[in-house]
Amino acid sequence: MTRRNIETLVGVFVLMGFVAIGYLALKAANLAAMTIGETYAVAAHFDNVGGLKPRAPVKSAGVTVGRVTSISLDGKTFQGVVTMELEKRFAFPKDTSAAILTAGLLGDQYVGLNPGADEANLAAGDTIRMTQSAVVLENLIGQLLYSRAAEGGGDAKK
Amino acid sequence: MNPHDLLAGLGRWALGFLFRLGHGAFFLVELLRNTPASLRRFYLVVAQIHAIGNYSVVIIAASGLAVGFVLALQGYYTLSRYGAAESLGLLVALSLVRELGPVVTALLFAGRAGTSLTAEIGLMKAGEQLAAMEMMAIDPKQRVLAPRLLGGIIAMPLLAAMFSAVGIFGGYVVGVLMIGIDPGQFWSQMQAGVDVWDDVGNGIFKSLVFGVACTVVALYQGYEAEATPEGVAKATTRTVVISSLAVLLLDFVLTAVMFSAPR
Amino acid sequence: MSSAGSPSCSDQRTQPIAPRRVPNAVTSDDLICIDRVTFGYDAGRTILDDVSLAFRRGRITAIMGGSGCGKTTLLRLIGGVHAPNKGRVVFDGDEIDTRNREQLFRLRRRLGMLFQFGALFTDLTVFENVAFPLREHTRLPESMIRDIVLLKLNAVGLRGAAQLRIAEVSGGMARRVALARAIALDPELIMYDEPFAGLDPISMGVAANLIRRLNDATGATSLIVSHDVKECFLISDYAYLISSGRVVGHGTPAELTATDDPEVRQFIRGEPDGPVPFHYPAPPLAEGFGLQARRAAPSAEPRSAQRGERDR
Repeated sequence: MTRRNIETLVGVFVLMGFVAIGYLALKAANLAAMTIGETYAVAAHFDNVGGLKPRAPVKSAGVTVGRVTSISLDGKTFQGVVTMELEKRFAFPKDTSAAILTAGLLGDQYVGLNPGADEANLAAGDTIRMTQSAVVLENLIGQLLYSRAAEGGGDAKK
Repeated sequence: MNPHDLLAGLGRWALGFLFRLGHGAFFLVELLRNTPASLRRFYLVVAQIHAIGNYSVVIIAASGLAVGFVLALQGYYTLSRYGAAESLGLLVALSLVRELGPVVTALLFAGRAGTSLTAEIGLMKAGEQLAAMEMMAIDPKQRVLAPRLLGGIIAMPLLAAMFSAVGIFGGYVVGVLMIGIDPGQFWSQMQAGVDVWDDVGNGIFKSLVFGVACTVVALYQGYEAEATPEGVAKATTRTVVISSLAVLLLDFVLTAVMFSAPR
Repeated sequence: MSSAGSPSCSDQRTQPIAPRRVPNAVTSDDLICIDRVTFGYDAGRTILDDVSLAFRRGRITAIMGGSGCGKTTLLRLIGGVHAPNKGRVVFDGDEIDTRNREQLFRLRRRLGMLFQFGALFTDLTVFENVAFPLREHTRLPESMIRDIVLLKLNAVGLRGAAQLRIAEVSGGMARRVALARAIALDPELIMYDEPFAGLDPISMGVAANLIRRLNDATGATSLIVSHDVKECFLISDYAYLISSGRVVGHGTPAELTATDDPEVRQFIRGEPDGPVPFHYPAPPLAEGFGLQARRAAPSAEPRSAQRGERDR
């Protein structure tokens, strides 16, 4: 086997390896979905961020418009601070509200944006004023039981 | 055998084990020290990638395909009980990329390329080729061993990626073409659930670590083999056994470190 | 002359190893001096015990002895593979320090070694084997390397075999290829480890002839380790006989053939029994066969063994 032949075959081998890696990265994983071009950063405060994780999608009307970059706690107000990157081509009004929603019944959580009617738009570094925290299942069940109990009590009073 | 002999034998074995571990670590450091020199003669590394990688492609691809088939079949059986059959793509991809790709590739590598390396080095030693090189003022570690180490480290992640890719394709063939799962769901669930850095990236890192481990074990066993036919035979057996155990142990450690921390 | 006295090393210089000397410059210096060396691979076994040898420049010196007496170990000590436990090995006036990689590198560039079975690189062709040291140690262009390789192969009579793979080459031919490789860089010192072992008479004659002609043509110093007395004496200028880790005799072939020393005589003439006994140490025959209670039966005479076979 001559030197040229060996080098060519090794080149083919390495190429196949990189193609495999590229295929895994693009088709099998979410690399393509992650490169979203120019973005601007926006923050939102929540009482409870629930199960939201970094790199969770930010959607409006069900369409992904950005990603959550980091989640931290505000030391003074003890609210959760969610920082997210939104694609530059989507501009949202200043009075947009953000809610933490769940995909499906028990799926991953994401941030849903509900655009408002303000003429001015959110700029980089702005904070979204109106937020709705994540639904915590235990609280929901507690409320349900409480309201059922109250109803039952009300019925008994009649 | 009285208990005293037994205990003494156990102690001897333990000391021997520690010695070999340390000796092997020194060996690895020696090889790494000689790596820059062999990078300068890159043709040697290329020839080794050919011997290690190209000749393993067939078995890796065939195994990957088979594993992909089986994963799809078994996975479908279990997932369909929970009505989650559309997640088959995700199951196949995650299993392969995170675990089966690196680990099975490493085990196959140990069997195919590792034994070949051990036998080759052992026979070179038995035929005094390494001594002859030393007498010619050429360091065999630089010329013979370090290129093989580099070849193994470079070839392994590429082989693991090929295994996973072919496996996913195999899963597609069985899941979509044979069983009839919706291809859109198959791919979209997969793409939504498999993360490039956390899953694919970590898998590649794992296979790099396995590449170092398997290649070093193979080279060490060959280099320290007794210069007789029986010696070489024992050395190749030890290569497979030690490589496999090392891979599984490292897999446990790496998985615990990389994957258990919640994102 | 054949007493086991130790020849002294002459003229030790204190400068570092000088670059290549002019070939054919005949001096009375010893190229190599083994000075009172004791060596063993591990603590229990001593292979060489306080031996001293001197190898003159430009001559062929033979090192002979039974199997396992330390002949190959001597070659390894000269090549700097091991360090002696006691004593020193002096090459061209400088003591060999096995921890000094620079010195070892320079030393090994000046020597060529022919291993017992050739130690050729089985994954290369004949041509590439001989070209190996040239490609590694010189930056000569390929055309020059090609010429040199073919010249060396021509010297050993194998120019036509240049493109053969090592697997296709017979044992005798393999050794000639190894010889061509050993002389590729025109070394000052050529060491031969059992060059005649296992060869047919023609190949043996060829090998002996080559060794002598090479030595005379290049002015190199040759060391032959062998136990083939006949061939060695035909071509050597001087010989050492080693047994049980000591030098038991040394001198020119003529002197050694005429000697009275019983150990030397036994080896040179190939007598089966003598200072080196035929029987491996064992309890007396009567005891071994359980005949002690009776009168001891007459012990059998040692049958003469095949020439060259030793009970080791």
